[in-house]
Amino acid sequence: MRHTIIAAGLTMIAGVAQAQTPVLTVYTYDSFNTEWGPGPAVEAAFEDICGCDLQFVTAGDGAALLSRLRLEGARSDADIVLGLDTNLTAAAVETGLIAEHGLMAEGLSLPVAWEDMHFLPYDWGYFAFVHRTDLADVPTSFEVLAASDVSIVVQDPRSSTPGLGLLLWVQNAYGDRAAEIWEGLSDNIVTVTPGWSESYDLFLEGEADMVLSYTTSPAYHLIAEEDDGFTAAAFDEGHYMQIEVAGVLANSDQPELARDFLTFMLSGAFQSVIPTTNWMYPAALPASEWPEGFETLIQPETALVYDAEEAAAIRDAALATWQSALSN
Amino acid sequence: MDWAGAALAALVCLALLGPLLAVMLRAEAPGRLGAADWAAIRFTLIQAVLSAAVSVTLAIPVARALARRRFVGRSLFVTLTGAPFILPVIVAVLGLLAIFGRAGWLNAALSGIGLGTLDIYGLSGVVLAHVFLNLPLAVRLILQAWLSLPSERIRLAASLGFSGADMRRHFERPLLREVLPGAALVIFLICTTSFAVALTLGGGPRATTVELAIYQAFRFEFDLGRAALLGLVQVAICLAAGLIALRAARVEPMGAGLDRPPLSWPGDGLRARITDGAAIVGAGAFLLLPLAAVIGEGALAIWSLPESVWWAAGRSILVAVASSALSVALALPIALFAARGRGRGAVELVGFLSIAISPLVVGTGLFIIIYPIADPVALSLPITGLVNALVALPFLLRALVPAARAAETTQGRLADALGMRGVSRLRLAILPRLRRPLGFGGGLAAAFSMGDLGVIALFSAPSQSTLPLEMYRLMGAYRTDDAQGAAVLLLVLSLGLFWIFDRGGRVNAAA
Repeated sequence: MRHTIIAAGLTMIAGVAQAQTPVLTVYTYDSFNTEWGPGPAVEAAFEDICGCDLQFVTAGDGAALLSRLRLEGARSDADIVLGLDTNLTAAAVETGLIAEHGLMAEGLSLPVAWEDMHFLPYDWGYFAFVHRTDLADVPTSFEVLAASDVSIVVQDPRSSTPGLGLLLWVQNAYGDRAAEIWEGLSDNIVTVTPGWSESYDLFLEGEADMVLSYTTSPAYHLIAEEDDGFTAAAFDEGHYMQIEVAGVLANSDQPELARDFLTFMLSGAFQSVIPTTNWMYPAALPASEWPEGFETLIQPETALVYDAEEAAAIRDAALATWQSALSN
Repeated sequence: MDWAGAALAALVCLALLGPLLAVMLRAEAPGRLGAADWAAIRFTLIQAVLSAAVSVTLAIPVARALARRRFVGRSLFVTLTGAPFILPVIVAVLGLLAIFGRAGWLNAALSGIGLGTLDIYGLSGVVLAHVFLNLPLAVRLILQAWLSLPSERIRLAASLGFSGADMRRHFERPLLREVLPGAALVIFLICTTSFAVALTLGGGPRATTVELAIYQAFRFEFDLGRAALLGLVQVAICLAAGLIALRAARVEPMGAGLDRPPLSWPGDGLRARITDGAAIVGAGAFLLLPLAAVIGEGALAIWSLPESVWWAAGRSILVAVASSALSVALALPIALFAARGRGRGAVELVGFLSIAISPLVVGTGLFIIIYPIADPVALSLPITGLVNALVALPFLLRALVPAARAAETTQGRLADALGMRGVSRLRLAILPRLRRPLGFGGGLAAAFSMGDLGVIALFSAPSQSTLPLEMYRLMGAYRTDDAQGAAVLLLVLSLGLFWIFDRGGRVNAAA
């Protein structure tokens, strides 16, 4: 009997102790919090310093993440959303669910300036066509690619964030000529897949010469597989950037802790994990501290990117152009 | 017993239409369909009609051959050729491309003998893939019907000296008349919600399906009104196609028998043997070579799979067995209800809704319904099991309803005359005749649940992934070798589950 009472007492104390540990809920995309993604290392490092319990909640990809936040609305448990990119942030801000972060974005190593009041970047990359090093006559621009018989596999902008990136890349580089470029590319495109994984697999299986991915993709093969047989094609018109960001939810019950997390996100402990887990460039780590192997990647001369409002404004028209150019 | 079937059918209806309604109510503005949506609806219908027609047409000679031939390894052959149906679609597509793709075996062979290359991307690729995925189901459904023929009738036909033409007129035609419309309907509906296959093999935005339009509405525009409207279009397609199929189906009872195997097949000859041989070899090559490619690429990777994959496999087995049990518990009363009396067949349409409505709509609707009362993420596995059970319902009903109807017409009257009622009537007169379709359908439900990504992709809790989800995660993290290993593991487990159930249904059966 006494033992039972003591045990019950201990359980209560443990319960109270647990209740006093604040919980920080981070919504992110699925691949961030896998065994081989950045999630586990980030969680351990932040819990070491925050005296809190960091919990990840995942949804498919960046766009699915935003849909999820919209479905949950103001009642969401999320304190942080991590994993939107700049093509989605305007829509996210418009929902009124995102608070201003109120932090100085210091020490960023992005190739473009950062002035967003709601979101801070944690990593970035350039979209690029990845190919095997033995590919002959590697195209040097979309126009050369369209004129060649090099085959490519790409993703659908309606269901994939890299697909949307490609759409905006062509739009940004060619403006009114985008339709003409897409028509020229239509006989190079083997197929359009719903997501990045399917495309990349088709490419690895030899279905196409090149695949729409990132300039950092060859780093995975080089570092994780010790295979230097992959590289990315540098395009003269420049490469469109994907910048992945995080923000604090306006209805967070842990706003202080959430801001601490954003500060931590730009620190070395978080940033040094990114290159070899998310296979992107860290957003606040000088190139000298990138892992060995990253120096072999191509460095685009020109970084192309729309700011969040421009991207949101031009998206639907660009999609219509794409759809009609490839449906003929 | 009757009220239970009707009540369950109503419940299933509610479980599927409720989420659709929830999405609709949550929308800020009513949806409108644009020109692109109508184009998507047209493409969806065209490819689904073609896929269903080609699948059942090719299935007829294969099922006939399997029904009347006995050869070493026949049982293994039947099990293995069922595999494409239960593979996650992306694995099936990759296997198919290993044979028919630009860098596939077929093109290597063709260019080796100087015949140029074959490009399958486009409508032909979409249909090819859908036939690959659904031919196994069509073959099994038609084969079930063949095997349900009372052997006494076949013996009688043999003793009357039936020719091949007589057999076709008196056996095959009535049998096909009954089973084909339903089989074609299931396959048509599966193909109407196709999305990854249609897009990947369709070659571009020309191959936009309704399901992709729903994705676009959810992700790209967050237009819940349009998503729900497109979901309604799917319901309408399902009901229209279902009514057409039900009208086309004629039931002609074949009479009762004692379930003994036939001794010989009447009207057999050299020509029949050659046709059957060609059908079996052709179907075997078409269905098994892509599987061989999948296994060849992933078999060695199984031994080095990360531990998380094995945990995911364990969870998947639990979910598959649970959802199979639930599916059987739902399907049996509904099938018994649908089998008795005229006009009740329409109840079966309820079961078909589950494959006709977008999993994205159902998943999102469930999320909207559950979110105010509980944490949908914590419930991800039970929800996945439930939705998988609903999705497997049509396959079970397809297998059960014809058998239940036959049991009612052949054994039911005798049971009634003997004054058997309720449970004992069911246990002694009806259930013994449903064993084979129950085992087959339960196995199909389990295997399908095992391989289907289902709604878990929408709710996934980090530590609660299933095997298909884990496989997609590996693919998304460049870990192609591990993903291929996981695909083989999935294939082996799904087939294993199916085999155990199917075997259970055939215990004591002489054939």
